[in-house]
Amino acid sequence: MSGLTIFFVIYAYVAIAVFILGFLYRIWKFGKTPAPLKIDQTPAPTSDGGVVGRMILEVGVFKSLLKSNRIIWLFGYMFHIGLFLALLKHFRFFFAYGPGWIAYITTFEIYAGLIMLFGLIMLFVLRLVVDRTAFISVMNDYLLLILLAAIASSGLIIKHFSRTNLTTVKEFILGIVSFNPQEMPSEVMFIIHISLVFLLFIYFPFSKLMHSGGVFFSPTRNQVDNPRDRRWVNPWGKAPENIEIASNMTQDEG
Amino acid sequence: MAETADTAAEQEEVLTDQDIVTGAKEPSLKPADVKAPELTGDIQIPHLVKGAMAKSKCHAAKPETMEAMGFPGRLVDNWEEAAVKKLGELLTKYKSLQVYLDICVRCGSCTDKCQFFLGSKDPKNMPVARADLLRKVYKKYFTTEGKIFGSLAGAAKLDLELLGEWYTYFHQCSQCRRCSVFCPYGIDTAEISMAAREIMDSIGIGQKYVNTVLVKLHEIGNNLGMNPKALKATMESTEEDIQEEDGVAVKLPVDQVGAEVLLITPSADFFATPHIESLIGYAKVFHQAGISWTLSSTASEAGNFGMFIGSYEHMQKAAMRIRKAIEELKPKRLIVGECGHAWRIAYAFWNTMIGPLDNSLGLKLEYPRPQHICEYTLDLVERGAIKLDKSANDDVIPTFHDSCNVARATRMGDRPGGQFEIPRALINAACNRYVEMDSDTIKEKTFCCGGGGGLLSDEILDVRVQGAMPRMQAYHAIKEENGANFFALICAICKAQFTKVFPKYGIPMIEVGGIHQLVAKAIELGAKE
Repeated sequence: MSGLTIFFVIYAYVAIAVFILGFLYRIWKFGKTPAPLKIDQTPAPTSDGGVVGRMILEVGVFKSLLKSNRIIWLFGYMFHIGLFLALLKHFRFFFAYGPGWIAYITTFEIYAGLIMLFGLIMLFVLRLVVDRTAFISVMNDYLLLILLAAIASSGLIIKHFSRTNLTTVKEFILGIVSFNPQEMPSEVMFIIHISLVFLLFIYFPFSKLMHSGGVFFSPTRNQVDNPRDRRWVNPWGKAPENIEIASNMTQDEG
Repeated sequence: MAETADTAAEQEEVLTDQDIVTGAKEPSLKPADVKAPELTGDIQIPHLVKGAMAKSKCHAAKPETMEAMGFPGRLVDNWEEAAVKKLGELLTKYKSLQVYLDICVRCGSCTDKCQFFLGSKDPKNMPVARADLLRKVYKKYFTTEGKIFGSLAGAAKLDLELLGEWYTYFHQCSQCRRCSVFCPYGIDTAEISMAAREIMDSIGIGQKYVNTVLVKLHEIGNNLGMNPKALKATMESTEEDIQEEDGVAVKLPVDQVGAEVLLITPSADFFATPHIESLIGYAKVFHQAGISWTLSSTASEAGNFGMFIGSYEHMQKAAMRIRKAIEELKPKRLIVGECGHAWRIAYAFWNTMIGPLDNSLGLKLEYPRPQHICEYTLDLVERGAIKLDKSANDDVIPTFHDSCNVARATRMGDRPGGQFEIPRALINAACNRYVEMDSDTIKEKTFCCGGGGGLLSDEILDVRVQGAMPRMQAYHAIKEENGANFFALICAICKAQFTKVFPKYGIPMIEVGGIHQLVAKAIELGAKE
């Protein structure tokens, strides 16, 4: 095994471990923190099924964002849907014999990558040129967009301009996931692409990217509007019987 | 010039940390000098004016008030450490805080949604920028990203300047949750500002208005400090007024054990104008429905400012008076008067904090517990149990301002959105000429009056007048278009706020009133068919 391969095998396992463990830790923390009160933002669904529907609309079509700002929605949605399709098509690297639907997905792969990249560039521009978002943005907001755009660009270059042998890529990835490491392809653009992806994996659980899991824990969106019908219990709240009442609490006054 | 410089230098010498944070030695705002923006009917997204509101600080609570609330009397010496410790504690108690500090991506969706930003142009009144004041500190002390990247990740040490910004800008948020409607993750700035205020109280810098009111509420039972004797006397004289005006013996009973209904209403209803007109409306409705009802002299406040300072303990303690009144007066039903944040606490929090509100307290299960007065009155109208003569309000062209807490944190009736439909249905039952304001300014998108969340204090009248701007533009537009001349409300704070800011915008304050003020005028008193 080459030094390059050894380095990337270690890098891959570290990145994947940090991503999975970090993500799970953050989700566990969201989950275990109690919600003392009903703070759903109304009008809210009055049933569990309704909440699922509300969540699907939020996650699937970014409903609140659409209500708010169609420009941010458009570019944000382009980026996310492009990313989603690009991820789907990457599944083919994880199967020795891919299921047929992946082949189908790969037919729009060029659009997926381009849509994602275009969305990212426009999000970057918006952040910079709108005085309100320029004011709130911090360096990491820009760096993250650059990182994602670099991943998308290097991926597009590999696919359409470079001579990377995708069979060796697949062998390398299958080797990683089956704990039987294979030689790392030495094509430069691929090395750049996968290095950035692993960097993203490592940064992910520490960053605002946790909105991906966190949105499901948002009390204003995930609570059922039924406080009059079903008593919501605060796990750390005192029972009414144990509350001290002011001294003049009596109905017969002098 | 030289003299002024000397005075400034002298002042600087004696400034304590507390003075710097709360702006205590700065010249006070003169309410008469506050000018309203021009009314055009349009709500424009302004360009940023950095620091525009930096000096608008509310008065700090006196040491004796803070101590009566169980807080340190003044800013503690180790405030940085103590504040960080308190934040750490709150992070383990509130999922909202933990999740919302973590998941904001600064997309900008909320940046043009806050009335205080739209009115003041100060970028730190953009919801995300306001929340970032706390998020910075969270990042610095609690996150790996903040510890490694520091300011690149937007992390910052809690220093005196930042604490001063907390004090300024977390008291320019009315916790109305308009931003949350438009956030892709539902991030609720109210939760963040409540946490920030709770932290500030815990290190000894509280807001005067809210804390003073809470001390009165805890000691006497209402925000005004009106004792039971005074309350009874006021209700008796109100009965006489109604008798004189309408010739009907409408009662306003206090402390009637065994009455069917216990009415919990904001204490402003007992004497303030136009609030009392709605109280008379409730009394006439109960009278005509022939139902026995009572007020409580010790639970004589629906409002509960404990929410504004984010204190679960104070909110629960204040609410306990109501549970105690239920136990002593043994009503079958619990009805809440016109008040926004009070309805939120009653609807969404009472059952948790002082419940279960069920037959174990003697309440009948077939009625909503608690029930909003609009739900109750509309039901009577629809069943024909009371009659409203719409023509009595023909001089009135009303529009309805959805109160933020009612619109976005509660419901009326059985269906989502009932909190929008029921008040409108009730106005339409009492009037012929209802008109609606611009659809981007009503229902879940309603603007706050500008005085909610504990901001109803005159030293920040500039904040309040600017915060009211979007609503005033929408009202101005409907006045121009349809001749609207009555601004119907179901919130004591909205009523007080608009009575104050309408004249600033050149609109007579007589146009402000409650829905039950319209009901009071339209209701047909006397023998039923």
